Amino acid sequence: MPFALDKFDGLAKRMILSVQEYSLFCWQGVSNLVRAPHYWGDVLNQADLIGVGSLPIVVLTGFFTGGVLALQSAASLAQFGAQAYTGRFVSLSMIRELAPVLTGLMVSGRNASGMASELGSMVVTEQIDAMRALGTDPMKKLVTPRMLATVVMLFLLTIVSDTVGTAGGAFVAVFISAQNGTQYFTSAYQALVYADIAQGLTKPLFFGFIIATVGCYFGMKTTGGTQGVGRSTTQAVVVSSVLIIFSDFILSRALLWIFSGF
Amino acid sequence: MDEVYTKLDLTKTANAVLEPVVVFENVSLRFDGPPVLDDVSFQIAPAETRILLGPSGVGKSTLLKLANGLLRPDSGRIYLFGQEITHMSEEELLHLRIRTGMVFQEGALFDSLTVRDNVGYQLMERHVDVTEVDRRVHEALRFVELEHTYDMLPGSLSGGMRRRVAIARAIIDQPQLILYDSPTGGLDPVTSTTIIELIIKERDAYGTPALLVTHRLQDAFTMATHKYDANEGKMTPLPQGQTNVNTSFLVLHQGKIVFDGSTEALVASQDPFIQQFLA
Repeated sequence: MPFALDKFDGLAKRMILSVQEYSLFCWQGVSNLVRAPHYWGDVLNQADLIGVGSLPIVVLTGFFTGGVLALQSAASLAQFGAQAYTGRFVSLSMIRELAPVLTGLMVSGRNASGMASELGSMVVTEQIDAMRALGTDPMKKLVTPRMLATVVMLFLLTIVSDTVGTAGGAFVAVFISAQNGTQYFTSAYQALVYADIAQGLTKPLFFGFIIATVGCYFGMKTTGGTQGVGRSTTQAVVVSSVLIIFSDFILSRALLWIFSGF
Repeated sequence: MDEVYTKLDLTKTANAVLEPVVVFENVSLRFDGPPVLDDVSFQIAPAETRILLGPSGVGKSTLLKLANGLLRPDSGRIYLFGQEITHMSEEELLHLRIRTGMVFQEGALFDSLTVRDNVGYQLMERHVDVTEVDRRVHEALRFVELEHTYDMLPGSLSGGMRRRVAIARAIIDQPQLILYDSPTGGLDPVTSTTIIELIIKERDAYGTPALLVTHRLQDAFTMATHKYDANEGKMTPLPQGQTNVNTSFLVLHQGKIVFDGSTEALVASQDPFIQQFLA
């Protein structure tokens, strides 16, 4: 086989193997939800670290994104005399798309990297082996609690982001674009239908799963000492961010189809 | 101490008819490249301490991890407490591993937990009563003479102290087998002696079967030629020419066991590699 083809063959095999390993890893993480022992204390601890810890960045990102949306849209809408629709534009954009994706990306940057580096350090210092030697399943103790906590907390953080994003838009609309606040909120509220909320709150469930499983997967597969930990951390952030954007497209398409009748 | 010795010798005699604690049968393992272990076979009898010698990077730690199922062989069979673990599921292995204690090369203490939580980890996982956990953690730390580190984090301990805490963690649940992975690696001679003294103390006080991996000949021969004197509270040399009957050697070279026998047989070996290694 020519050298280039041989290289491609090896790369393709490695990629397929990684996908297979990741799928098995996810399955194991999910199936542990119904298998004892359960580490509820670790779930709460992770929920605090992931959810409460990410609150400041999610609030800031949400608020300023809503503000920028209002700023940009107000100027464009004014050209058509439709400035009154600023609230509608901001709330729809935030709730359907931007809040879930931006919150996912923010939490990914903060927590997928954190999980990969924490678990990676535990792997290279043999703490994971020590845990197994002491009779504890690291998947149950470390991975499943992180997975469950991230899914639940990302869902809640997205609601927070929806709220502060709409509030950020209101702040700009009222104090910078000199619009009427009641008009902004009425427009924002009236534009929303059940399908918008359902779409916006379905996505974080998938994004949370991606963040936790990718972060933990790269952490648990770490090799090569401290350099390997750094590599795993970078890979976790890059892969989880790309997967969030990619799955957002797939989910949007699927959810639009599912909720088209609502 | 003589009493302990008599007891151990009797144990050995009584256990002669019992099955070995660990059995390796034609075990081979390879990662990328040449085989790390090639057709390795040996046994560990009850109350026996086996010292696995070999140069750095020869596969000693790998062999140790195979013994309690942390790694799986490519071929051959491994028995732990009479049960074949070669194809055992991780779930079943977890239950079996609870009966073993393992001391890792760098201690492998959980750095986010205090010494108390590290040592008592196994008991806490089983939801043992808090006062009982505290009592047994104190007992284990007293054994390694580190009771004062109870509330400290591993990061604030020296390398030697971390190994001693790791020994306390390994023995707290009275394991039926202890695996020591280079417990003195990277330590200064004085601290190494302290660690070896603790291992001898454990061997002579409890008679737990053990597999100790090391590349330090001095540590290995100290193990074979010393006993723990409970009255004096320290290890003392055995009379000239005597060695511990429960301690024997394995030598690993290029993936193969090139020696399996007593201290005397090791010293008298004509194998060129062993002679060079012992020189």
